[in-house]
Amino acid sequence: MTTTDISAPAAGKAGTTPVPKRRPKRESQGPAWVFLSPWVLGAIVLTLLPMAVSLYLSFTDYDLFNPPRWVGLRNYVQMFTEDPRYWRSVMTTLTYVVIAVPLQLALALGVALALKSMKRGKGFYRSAFYAPSLLGASMSIALVWRAIFNDGGTVDNLLGTGGWVNKPGWALLAVALLTVWQFGAPMVIFLAGLQQIPGELYEAAAVDGAGKWRQFLSVTVPMLSPVLFFNLVLQTIQAFQVFTPAFAIGAGKGGPADSTLVYTLYLYDRGFVASHMGYASAMAWVLLIVIGAVTAVLFRTSRSWVFYASEGDR
Amino acid sequence: MTTTTTPVVRKPVAWGRIALHVGCLAALLVMLYPLAWLLATSLKPADEVIASLNLLPSHLEWSNYKTALDGVNDVSIWRLLSNSLLIAGGAVLGNVISCSLAAYAFARLRFRFRGPLFAFMIATIMLPHHAVLIPQYIIFNQLGLVNTYWPLILPKFLATEAFFVFLIVQFMRGLPRELEEAARIDGCGPFRSFFRIVLPLTRPALITTAIFTFIWTWNDFFTQLIYLFDPEKFTLTLALRSFVDASSTSAFGPMFALSVIALMPIVLFFLAFQRLLVEGMASSGLKG
Repeated sequence: MTTTDISAPAAGKAGTTPVPKRRPKRESQGPAWVFLSPWVLGAIVLTLLPMAVSLYLSFTDYDLFNPPRWVGLRNYVQMFTEDPRYWRSVMTTLTYVVIAVPLQLALALGVALALKSMKRGKGFYRSAFYAPSLLGASMSIALVWRAIFNDGGTVDNLLGTGGWVNKPGWALLAVALLTVWQFGAPMVIFLAGLQQIPGELYEAAAVDGAGKWRQFLSVTVPMLSPVLFFNLVLQTIQAFQVFTPAFAIGAGKGGPADSTLVYTLYLYDRGFVASHMGYASAMAWVLLIVIGAVTAVLFRTSRSWVFYASEGDR
Repeated sequence: MTTTTTPVVRKPVAWGRIALHVGCLAALLVMLYPLAWLLATSLKPADEVIASLNLLPSHLEWSNYKTALDGVNDVSIWRLLSNSLLIAGGAVLGNVISCSLAAYAFARLRFRFRGPLFAFMIATIMLPHHAVLIPQYIIFNQLGLVNTYWPLILPKFLATEAFFVFLIVQFMRGLPRELEEAARIDGCGPFRSFFRIVLPLTRPALITTAIFTFIWTWNDFFTQLIYLFDPEKFTLTLALRSFVDASSTSAFGPMFALSVIALMPIVLFFLAFQRLLVEGMASSGLKG
C-alpha cells in the first residue's frame, strides 16, 4: 500500500522522470478537509472523545442520574477479584471463540476448496452458502435456532439430546453452531483468494512430482495465507463481540445457569440493566485491550506463517 | 477383463465430480433446513409446532400471519415496518454520503497526516463497538435523544463505519487517474471532479455500501435494544425481542410468521443483488 507517501508531491519524481510532463500545481489542502469533515467530526465526537470518556468513567461509580463519583481502581479490582459472574462471562466468551472460529474457518476453507475447481454450479453454490451469513445475523434466525435446539426441537428428535438450550453444558454449543453456520462470508473471501493463485504453480508442482496433498501444503496454503490471516483476524474480533444469538438462546439473561453469558451480554446487563455505567465502561476497556492484544499477537505470529508473494518482486 | 488393453475412447464418467455435487447439495440441504423449518412453522397450527418430526404442516394455518399482522404490544405491524424502514433508509443515505466523501479524500487528495489518519481509520474497523458505546449513549442521553431514531441514524452521517470508507477507497484507487488529470487541466476543481467524474464511476461500490448498510441496519439488534424503549418506536427486530423470554408454545406460529415478515426484505435484497453482495464481500478481503 502506498498510503504513507504523503510527502511525495509530483515535483519529487521529476528528477527520475525523463520528460517533466504536465505536472499539476500543488493545490491547497482546503478541499480535502471539506471532504473529510464528516469523518473527522465523527472520529472526534463519536470515537476519540467517547473512548476517553469511557476510560474516565471506568474509574468512577456512575448510574446515569447522579454525577460520576471517582472510585479509582475499584471497578477493576471488583471485576477481577470479587465478581464470579465476570469470570464466568470471560470463560464463556473464550470457549465460544475457541469453538466457533476454527470450526467456521475450517468449514469455509473446505467448501471453498470443493467449489474452486468446479465448472458448473459454482456461482449457485457460492450464493447459496453465502445466504446464511446475511440472514443469520437476524433475531428471526436466532429464534429459529433456539426452537430447533430446544427440548422437542429437530435436533432433540434426531439425536435424542433432550434440548441443548436448557442444558448448561450444551447451550453455548448451540450459540457457537449458529456462528459456524454463517461460514459464507469467509468462504467467499477464501474462494476469491484461491482463484488468484496462478495455475502454473500447480503445474510446476505436478511436474516436480507433488501429489494433491503435497500441492495443497506447498502451494495452496502459503499462497492463501494472507487471506487466511485476514479471515482469522476479522472473525476472531467479531466473535469476541457476539451478542444477538446469545441473547436469544439464553432467554435474554445468558441462561441456563449463565452458560451463555457472553462478555457483551454481561456488559449490557451491568451497564444498561443494572445502571452500573462505570463498571460497564471498565469492562469495555478490558475488552478493547484484550481484542487489541489478541490482534497484536496474531499479527506477531503471522510473520512466521503468512507469505506475501509480492515481497519477492519488489 | 480387456479394459486395460483397449484404448479409452469414451470419456470416463467423472465420479469425483458427481460425488462433489452430491456432497455440496447434501450440505446445502442441511444448511437451508432452518430456513425451511421457519417457513413451515410459520404456517403450522399450534399443536404441531413442537414434538413433531414432520416438516410440513397438516394444513396451512394462515391465521398465524393474521395474528402477526395485528402487531405486537398493540403496535401495528405497519408501524413497526415503517420504523425499520426509516432507520435503515436513513442509515443507507448517511453511509453512502459520508463514506464516499471521506473515501475520495483518502484515495485522491493530498493533505497533512494522510498516512496516520488513514491508519487510524483502518484501526477503527477493529475497534470493538462497546468501547465507545456507553459514552455515546451518555452523550445522546444528555442531548435528550434517547428513545429517538437520531442515535441510530446520525452516526452514519459521520462516516463512523470505517469498513465502508475502506471499501470505497479500495474501489476508487482502481479508477484511472488520467480522467481526473484531464479534467483538472480543463479547469475542474476537486469538487466538480468528485461529483462529475469519480462518483459516477464509483457507483458499484456505492451500491454495495447501500445494500450492506441496509441489511446490517435492518438486522441490528444491540443498538436498537439500548436506544429504543417505547413500543411505538420499535422496529420489527425489537418487536421480535418480546418473544425471547416467552416460554409458551402457543405463540409459536404467530412469532415465526412475524420472523418471516422481518426476514422478507433481506431475502428479497439477497435474491436481487446476490452477485453484488457476494463479490462485494470477496473484494473486501482482497487487495487489502
